[in-house]
Amino acid sequence: MQVIREEPELLEIRGLTKGFPGVQALDHVDFTLRAGEIHGLLGENGAGKSTLIKVLTGVFKRDGGTIRLDSQEIAPQNPADALSLGIGTVYQEVNLLPNLSVAENLFIGRQPHRFGLVRTAEMRRRSSEILAGYGLDIDVANPLGSFSVAVQQIVAIARAVDLSAKVLILDEPTASLDTQEVETLFRILNGLKQRGIGIVFVTHFLDQVYGLCDRVTILRNGRLIGTRPIADLPRIELVSMMLGRELAAEALHRAHRRAVTGEPLVAFRNYGKRRLLEPFDLAIRPGEVVGLAGLLGSGRTETAKLVFGIERADTGEAFVDGKPVRIASPRDAARLRFGFTPEDRKTEGIVAELSIRENIILALQAQRGWLNRLPRRIQDDIANRFIKLLDIRTPDAEKPIGLLSGGNQQKALLARWLATEPRFLILDEPTRGIDVGAHAEIIRLIERLCEDGLALLVISSELEEIASYSDRVVVLRDRRHVRELSGAEVSADSIMTTIASH
Amino acid sequence: MIKRHLPVLITLAVFVVGYLICLAHFPSFASTRVVANLLTDNAFLGIVAVGMTFVILSGGIDLSVGSVIAFTGVFLAVTIEKHGLNPYLAFVLVLCLAALFGAGMGFLIHTFQIPAFIVTLAGMFLARGLCFVLTTDSIPINAPAYGQITDIAFALPGGGRLTFIALVMLLIFAGGIVLAHFTRFGANVYALGGNRTSAELMGVPVGRTTIRIYMLSSFLAALAGIIFSFYTSAGYSLAATGVELDTIAAVVIGGTLLTGGYGTIIGTLIGVLIQGLIQTYITFEGTLSSWWTKIAIGALLFAFIVLQRGLAMASARSGQA
Repeated sequence: MQVIREEPELLEIRGLTKGFPGVQALDHVDFTLRAGEIHGLLGENGAGKSTLIKVLTGVFKRDGGTIRLDSQEIAPQNPADALSLGIGTVYQEVNLLPNLSVAENLFIGRQPHRFGLVRTAEMRRRSSEILAGYGLDIDVANPLGSFSVAVQQIVAIARAVDLSAKVLILDEPTASLDTQEVETLFRILNGLKQRGIGIVFVTHFLDQVYGLCDRVTILRNGRLIGTRPIADLPRIELVSMMLGRELAAEALHRAHRRAVTGEPLVAFRNYGKRRLLEPFDLAIRPGEVVGLAGLLGSGRTETAKLVFGIERADTGEAFVDGKPVRIASPRDAARLRFGFTPEDRKTEGIVAELSIRENIILALQAQRGWLNRLPRRIQDDIANRFIKLLDIRTPDAEKPIGLLSGGNQQKALLARWLATEPRFLILDEPTRGIDVGAHAEIIRLIERLCEDGLALLVISSELEEIASYSDRVVVLRDRRHVRELSGAEVSADSIMTTIASH
Repeated sequence: MIKRHLPVLITLAVFVVGYLICLAHFPSFASTRVVANLLTDNAFLGIVAVGMTFVILSGGIDLSVGSVIAFTGVFLAVTIEKHGLNPYLAFVLVLCLAALFGAGMGFLIHTFQIPAFIVTLAGMFLARGLCFVLTTDSIPINAPAYGQITDIAFALPGGGRLTFIALVMLLIFAGGIVLAHFTRFGANVYALGGNRTSAELMGVPVGRTTIRIYMLSSFLAALAGIIFSFYTSAGYSLAATGVELDTIAAVVIGGTLLTGGYGTIIGTLIGVLIQGLIQTYITFEGTLSSWWTKIAIGALLFAFIVLQRGLAMASARSGQA
């Protein structure tokens, strides 16, 4: 029998369970963290990463399982309690107080004082000392909000560590940092690792996982998929663990794929925005479906937002019909006859209280200007035409859209943009949260739309799905367009291989 | 450094410019008598405003202060004149009552997460209603202690008298500055106004701080009520109506952000003095209706809120770049 050397576990979670109405967010998850280890926590949307962190920091109460810190069982009641037990968390949006000085942020609640008065000079001196340990030389009397996110994060880390954190949880700390800031952060984290602090690192950037982590734990749909030393884990295996999909022995792909030729309808050259997305080239011809694939946070939605003018590009140029255009806002995009159905229908798309008719004509009315009201008869015509065309299941057009099923809401949203007769349509996760039947209908609809000469850009996390309807697939990784697959290359397997490749 | 203190510096500049304008029209503004009267006349407003500054810094509002002032006056008049209570004992009693009242409002705001606006609005009606329960008449206060206290004053060169009540106000401001900027309580107040959730996550005792803030506000309102009763030598149920709004105006003109988190106590002092200055000018002018004070305050308030918004937007933009 092989003897396994028992390394001291700093944090040991066994059989952690947490359910919400209708969903089991964590299902008997085990997780261990050693002192002096950087441990990546990975998983796609709904994997249970945030729930795990929230249980660990006392935001949620667990339904079952044990948490041991230094072999002592703990039950954090709230984040402050977790911090006092030695578990500190730093979020992507720094949860400190921007209106207070850096020194006050480091010391609030434990300011050095004498006769009831805070010794400000002493507090500032000690703050400067602490931050000097992180290579940060700033005026600690200035408000925290006057510094960059990177500096704020370092202050948050310094605060957590100084409050005697043994476990430091970093929730997507690098999402809004640039390359240089990421390097600084990594240097700091490696320094903390040397001091024996256990670090849980949540990120979507695979390169960062391989560059920094010692071990990784992968969750999917609330279940533990595995914990592995990163050195023995090939990328392709990591990605397949995350996506829950084995490589098929024989790559499947669509036999016949039309090669669309002709001049591109829309084209982007060297288009990008600092901290958001590396510059990319993209051209889409009429009648073509281009898919965007990649892991969560890889830059798919960011691409859509840049193309539709929700985010303003700071480099590159855009062309429509070969002529340069400026897309600085969604209004500009709509004027160029672009359409966009966002990922989160509830918050970004539908107006739940308004009727189906009103939701459908919304974009068209906005385009005409509010003074130039569409006559009711035309509104009815349009609404009824699309309800029939897209087979939206509703007794009539006057029903509030919030009462429809997810798939029908999605179709109504699609109708909103189709009513404006767009030439280029962006669909962000068109099949998310809708049932299987509606799924197939949406896909058929996509195919029919491009036969009519529409140019389509579709984002989806379903690799099979995106491979089935796309003429070309752009694969993204770590906020970069890494490769474009076309023709016979388009298959779920090749997409996955590309995501995992260096 | 300059940027951090910009709102206060602007307030100060407005005061200086206003004072110079007054001086140009009425040279007697240079006399210590006018300056000392400016302090005395606005003492009660200044004292309430210190409490209100803490409330607004924490992201709240206290609409009850005007009613608490009136209640204090009526309570003093009734207990001293009708029941023969020792005035000093009456002072202590009313201060304790008010502190309890404020603590209760703070407790409700924190425990049930009710907007401060609603709770203190209820407090405002409650305190005002209690005045009428005690008496509907205006009762003069003739206790000898009143005469003695109002007579305390330090003669200033040039004929001015720095009165006791002006001194109390200046002391309260000094205490307020220390409390806001040099104690843990002060830091907690700013933290609450910055972001309540973050403050809680960082271990700030949110409940205790909220209760103390409203306790302080009501306590200072009662103290202002005592000062106000020296000033008027009477207790009247309808006194000090709308003072809560004057106070909020003074705090905002003093550079404190209504959304909380940013501001200073010293700014509030200047804000109160600006209001006093306008009032004095209109009194000197003689032909203008006293309502012109309100119009001037309204215009100033408007200008300051727009200015604050502008500054916030400008700093947000520079923070992004």
